[in-house]
Amino acid sequence: MILVVDLCYRAGSLSRDELVGPVERLLHKNGAPLFTRHYTAVGAPDLEGADAVILCGTALKDTGFAEHPELFRWLSAFERPVLGISSGMRALAAAFGGGTEPCCEIGMTDVKVLAPDPLFDGREGFPAYELHEYAVQVPDTFIPLAASGLCVQAIRHRSLPLYGLLFHPEVRNEWILERFLGLAEAAQ
Amino acid sequence: MKLGVLFSGGKDSLFACWKAMQQEEVVCLITVVSKNPESYMFHTPNIRLAALQAEAAGLPLVEVETAGEKEEELLDLKRALLAAREQYGIEGVVTGAILSVYQATRVQRICFELDLWCFNPLWNADQEAYMAELISAGFTVIIAGVFSAPFDDSWLGKEIDRRTLDELREIARKYRITLTGEGGEFETFVVDAPFFSRRIAIEEASRNYRNYNGVLRIERAGLVAK
Repeated sequence: MILVVDLCYRAGSLSRDELVGPVERLLHKNGAPLFTRHYTAVGAPDLEGADAVILCGTALKDTGFAEHPELFRWLSAFERPVLGISSGMRALAAAFGGGTEPCCEIGMTDVKVLAPDPLFDGREGFPAYELHEYAVQVPDTFIPLAASGLCVQAIRHRSLPLYGLLFHPEVRNEWILERFLGLAEAAQ
Repeated sequence: MKLGVLFSGGKDSLFACWKAMQQEEVVCLITVVSKNPESYMFHTPNIRLAALQAEAAGLPLVEVETAGEKEEELLDLKRALLAAREQYGIEGVVTGAILSVYQATRVQRICFELDLWCFNPLWNADQEAYMAELISAGFTVIIAGVFSAPFDDSWLGKEIDRRTLDELREIARKYRITLTGEGGEFETFVVDAPFFSRRIAIEEASRNYRNYNGVLRIERAGLVAK
């Protein structure tokens, strides 16, 4: 079971269909069982029942989630696969002590793969859809996997299957989400 | 949150408006009227009727004109959003973008520059579910322009009901076009919406059709009781 976490400004917000819905539909399409929780409502039973977690992105101006780091502390102890998308990457990095730096990218950007990883295996680079005002400072326990001309675009924990993507794979790069689902399934 | 809806008079912008109304406060509709029929962003055959639709919805309309030159029209969009913020205090913008990264990126950038929220409630929507919800929610939508095979002139003015949706589904499958017309295969005009207090009655329309390209130009229309 995959736990999809909605990071938008409130549960059932106007951003939900845009930033959570496409991820949910892709999971449905791939036959992956899922349940969704708003980040303010993730409880211990949810985490116990989750084989993997996807943290969804937010609108550009929506940074309310970053004001509640205590609601993401569970990420540092959750050792199963995690994929943080855009704002989700920021929440994941913050849970491991990673800060942010200004880096605004909106629209399609070329991303180059920097280090070998099953998530990007066989690809040297790809264009990706970006919607962020900040990039993350890579925490010590993570390595950078991909970058654009401006900032780090993908990170992975050094020993755990925890991934962060600054771009939105649900737009034009569904294959990356599908590969993550494969990794999550293999980890069970 | 006070929102303005980027509004073309077609189904996507009005459906996005209806979605926004369920979550936030829609305070105005915003249209950019392009003089260029090739406009990438804003062209639509019956944009002048947006005022009548806005009246039916009981919402003020912020309207700006653009010559429709490729990137210049974005400055006109910015002008429209600034006017909407000044007149109605909008804090964010809603669009009906579904798949167009080109359109979505440009609106997102302008919203970012103006420090406005940007919402795209139809973004990457399941086309089948969207079209079905459009009909079941009580929207009356007609085809106002066709721009691809196999649409003949009988499609101009046709209402998108369940039967038409069945036909569109078949055409989408056979001709590999989008079910929603997002690829520019057809354009729509909304005659009635769940939040309209009156519906639009088309009194006079002309058809201009040739070789899989046609437009239903609504010459005269009014509002009537629902």
